[in-house]
Amino acid sequence: MSTAPFGNLYEAPGPRGVRRNRVLTVAVTVVMLAVAVLVYVRFDANQQWSAEKWLPLLRPDVWVTFILPGLFGTLKAAVAGIFLATVFGFVFAAARMSEHRWLRVPAAVVVEFFRAVPLLLLIFFAFFGSFVLIGTSISAFTAVVFGLTLYNGSVIAEIVRAGVQSLPKGQAEAAYAMGMRKGQVMRLVLLPQAIRTMMPAIVSQCVVLLKDSALGFIVGYDELVDRGLNGIAANFSNVIPAAIVIAAIFIAINVTLDKLAHWLHDNSGRRVRPGGEATPATAEPQPVEAL
Amino acid sequence: MNALILERDTVILAFWMTVRLTAVSTVGSLVLGTLLTAMRVSPLPILRTVASGYVTVARNTPLTLVLLFTGLGVGANLGVEFSDDISVNNFWLAILGLTAYTSAFVCEALRSGINTVPVGQAEAARSIGLSFQQTLRLIILPQAFRAVVVPLGSILIALTKNTTIALVVGVAEASVRMREMIEVYGDQVIQVFFGFAVGFVILCLPTGLFFGWLSRRLAVVR
Repeated sequence: MSTAPFGNLYEAPGPRGVRRNRVLTVAVTVVMLAVAVLVYVRFDANQQWSAEKWLPLLRPDVWVTFILPGLFGTLKAAVAGIFLATVFGFVFAAARMSEHRWLRVPAAVVVEFFRAVPLLLLIFFAFFGSFVLIGTSISAFTAVVFGLTLYNGSVIAEIVRAGVQSLPKGQAEAAYAMGMRKGQVMRLVLLPQAIRTMMPAIVSQCVVLLKDSALGFIVGYDELVDRGLNGIAANFSNVIPAAIVIAAIFIAINVTLDKLAHWLHDNSGRRVRPGGEATPATAEPQPVEAL
Repeated sequence: MNALILERDTVILAFWMTVRLTAVSTVGSLVLGTLLTAMRVSPLPILRTVASGYVTVARNTPLTLVLLFTGLGVGANLGVEFSDDISVNNFWLAILGLTAYTSAFVCEALRSGINTVPVGQAEAARSIGLSFQQTLRLIILPQAFRAVVVPLGSILIALTKNTTIALVVGVAEASVRMREMIEVYGDQVIQVFFGFAVGFVILCLPTGLFFGWLSRRLAVVR
């Protein structure tokens, strides 16, 4: 049996298959190299590979002036967004699971609304509309965090609700049978279990949120994309090198977070019940919305 | 409501652009995403490496940056031109960026769909002598698609909302028009925002319901 993933989809190649695979490997490599060379040559014609465009990215002062402040801006928005979105998510999840109709229905409307509205519209609404609405202009940072909170908070609210509802009904029943009150059941029995199941999905959502903070670029918030293109590229006219370095930073952070989500997923399975089979752990962590 | 009524043609045109961007990118992403999935499960290690490398990069780069790459890198630097008309050219550049980004998510969804197909299905296909392409095309992918209808629906909804970011390559869709209208009709900020927001709710809500219905209809009985 092949050790390759999905190795059950094809036979282990025989002598002819091995030869054919070698030929195909070479062919694919040649095509990929051809594309790479084509891109290289085109970029080269615009001097995107020249040393004076790449060397600035190695200079400490460029990092201190542009990249690190940009990274700080991105992380500041992301951390504020994650904190507020989590608070928003727990509050609205609780409201949506309430027994009181007057609380449950409005919470559902709010959550569904903010999940359907593009984040950029929320940011524009806050940024360009704030002066008329509250009599003073808000900073780009506030507008970005406002949008990130409402959108991702709504998604987290759904993650929390799904987490609590995935618990066996007997958990709440047993707690009520012991005479616990509603708040106690939620706080002492349901949430501690649900949080373990939810953690991978919430961490995946943090990747989404971090990527979304790049929308700050559009309203001129000092984050990584803004510093890279309006800072570095404007000074050294090296759009492509700057964008490649910025993308690499984003990818490195997000891949790390993604690994954390998978690690949490693999380690969050509930323990085997005595005499029973393992309760199904969580589904594979999937970002709830693609962006 | 006045501003929305006065400018109803602009609003309708903005949403028409959103719909067009969504529709074309959806087709592109499904095709490219399926191709990437096939590469990721193929017997050739090099294809698997290329596809999974691509998916990792595309999924973890902010869409804003992806679209800036298509505009500045592919458009300005590589000199790719789809049309002499600048607005048509920008439209296709936006499609390119949205497709490049979304197909990575389609690939992830489809791959998890393949995981739901019982091993016996592939083994049976191989035992009657089907090749890898035949196994994938006739046996595995049709079942995988049926298993991931709902996630594909979420990806499509996300794509609809993501078209607003096409403004960074100069496409005048809903977000651009909303910003303009907020500036012109400063006294009606809330009405303008709700008008555009409801537009997206109208676009996204039926999509979600439709995919839910479709998944029940197409569910594979096992």
